Amino acid sequence: MYIPTDEKDRFTKPVTLSKSQLFIALIAVLITAFAGLVFGPADLGMKAVIQELLDRLPLIHFDSGLSSRQQAILFEIRLPRVVLGLLVGSMLATAGGAYQGVFRNPLADPYLLGVAAGAGFGATLAIVLDIGDGLGFLDPVPLAAFAGALIAVALTYTVGSGRGRVDQVTSLVLAGVAVASFFTAVQTFVQQRESETIRQVYFFVLGQLRTAGWNEVTLLAPYTLICISVIYLARKRLDALTVGDEEAGSLGLDVRRMRLITVIAASLGTAAAVAVSGLIGFVGVIVPHTIRLIFGSSYRVIIPLTIFFGGAFLVVADLVARLILQPAEIPIGVVTAFLGAPFFVVILRTAWKN
Amino acid sequence: MKLKSNLIAFLGILCLISVSCSSDSSNGQVPVSGGSESIEVAERIISLSPTATEILFAIGAGEQVVAVDDQSNFPVEAPMTSLSGFTPNIESIAEYQPDLVVASYDPGDLVSGLEALEVKTVLQSAASSMEDTYAQINELGVLSGQEAEANELIETIRSDLSEIASKKVGEGLTYYHEIDNTFYSPTSKTFLGKLYSLLGLANIADPAIEGGFGWPQLSAEFIIDADPDLIFLGDADWGESAETVAARPGWGSLTAVEKDQVIPVDTDTSGRWGPRVVDFLRSVRSSIEEISG
Repeated sequence: MYIPTDEKDRFTKPVTLSKSQLFIALIAVLITAFAGLVFGPADLGMKAVIQELLDRLPLIHFDSGLSSRQQAILFEIRLPRVVLGLLVGSMLATAGGAYQGVFRNPLADPYLLGVAAGAGFGATLAIVLDIGDGLGFLDPVPLAAFAGALIAVALTYTVGSGRGRVDQVTSLVLAGVAVASFFTAVQTFVQQRESETIRQVYFFVLGQLRTAGWNEVTLLAPYTLICISVIYLARKRLDALTVGDEEAGSLGLDVRRMRLITVIAASLGTAAAVAVSGLIGFVGVIVPHTIRLIFGSSYRVIIPLTIFFGGAFLVVADLVARLILQPAEIPIGVVTAFLGAPFFVVILRTAWKN
Repeated sequence: MKLKSNLIAFLGILCLISVSCSSDSSNGQVPVSGGSESIEVAERIISLSPTATEILFAIGAGEQVVAVDDQSNFPVEAPMTSLSGFTPNIESIAEYQPDLVVASYDPGDLVSGLEALEVKTVLQSAASSMEDTYAQINELGVLSGQEAEANELIETIRSDLSEIASKKVGEGLTYYHEIDNTFYSPTSKTFLGKLYSLLGLANIADPAIEGGFGWPQLSAEFIIDADPDLIFLGDADWGESAETVAARPGWGSLTAVEKDQVIPVDTDTSGRWGPRVVDFLRSVRSSIEEISG
């Protein structure tokens, strides 16, 4: 198991998030969000964007000189896309951090645990069966995705937690691979059968923020707020859990209940994110681990910072996706996998060394 | 719908039986003139490509076609079966005892597998220009013993296209052709883009040619910024329409939307680069003429 050497100290010492760390995180979000609004295939000009944004504030009036079409690009395409990037990135990264805590496994991530594939399958089924949409956050697509996500995480955990010759880190990842492959296979089968809807579903697999509008934002926002809050409130207990189930239990923690609630929150949030943006991998590995390396390994630091940096990371990934081949785009999942896969290897090697 | 496809499959089988009976009487060994080796005229053709199916029927080789794939819905007399062109199954193809299989795509083992069964297989991948299409028509003409009709068809298409293109109705207009609602679009270096160019239209997707993209996936904001005069919906069969386009975030202010110049196009004639491209281009021209009054 991967436990840093300062693990025991960490739990006995009070660890708090410093103001400067929070400040850095906030600045990162603001800068990336601003970049996400300014840069894109359509050249709006930085000054005009700033003026236009200020113009929307009460009591301030600026004439930015942007045409109504350019305003539409700013407020109906870029702004919701940035907000969606923040929500999805934040959710996936925080879910990754939560999974790593409850499973005490550095490689846990919505994508690698098969949760995203399960959610993708659930969403695909809902789309193919065409069970209504446009019901806001009660849309059946994320709910079906949630059901798929929960089944997947339960399967992965059951299959991967058996005690055998393979150590737990590896065994959970292997189980995740198996479960993800299974759900991807079933999803492909459903797609093949339903070639009428195949185009819509296909893009689930690659991940996208591209057709994002405010609808997706209003659908995702409540899930993200609730699930992230639950995980945030669990941050101290996640620290307690790092010392082991028995020790945590002796400290008065109801380990089973805490684990269940956290997994449900992480899976529900992942499912909602997958339902609007498809399968975007590795965000849950890259972000929490980078924070762990830079700011320390307490979940009381990792979780709050991940909430901010997760969002910032995905906004940057989306910028790359829309700029690198402009005016063509590449799926954002390609960008995160390109960055994430090598990172994953590094984490895996570190885990082995420990 | 299910009943209809069953019926078509049944007709296909009937066709198959009648052809297999009649093929006994013909010798099927007619050598084709020209070329150093004689080519056996195919008597039992399977087409796994909707484009090839349309060509075969247009050159009068329809009688020799014993089965076509599940996407070949034109002409209606084509013996549609459940055979798939995307995931072809060699055994089910072989059951029809073909002497020629035409496909547009080999997932890896189609040609080698059929050749192992001594079935002649021809790959005609998607054309990238009219010249490709003419070459495909000619090839199918030679293989089916309908070379004269094939050449006649080529000449007809040539003259039809030059007649349609004689008036550049699209001069000074820009367009965006939508493949699907995630904004895949053809540039002018694709077959489809070249057809539109014949009418003098300018393609907004062309800046993507630099990156080597024939069919780039465009950013929504790029499309809005480019503000095309005309929007052609190649995805109308998948539920997109002028209304759904107008409802997209940020699209309401587009010239094409405001002036009611969002035009659904037929998926099949715009996506199969065979004889019916003439119909497609003609319909595009008439919708532009309608708009310009």
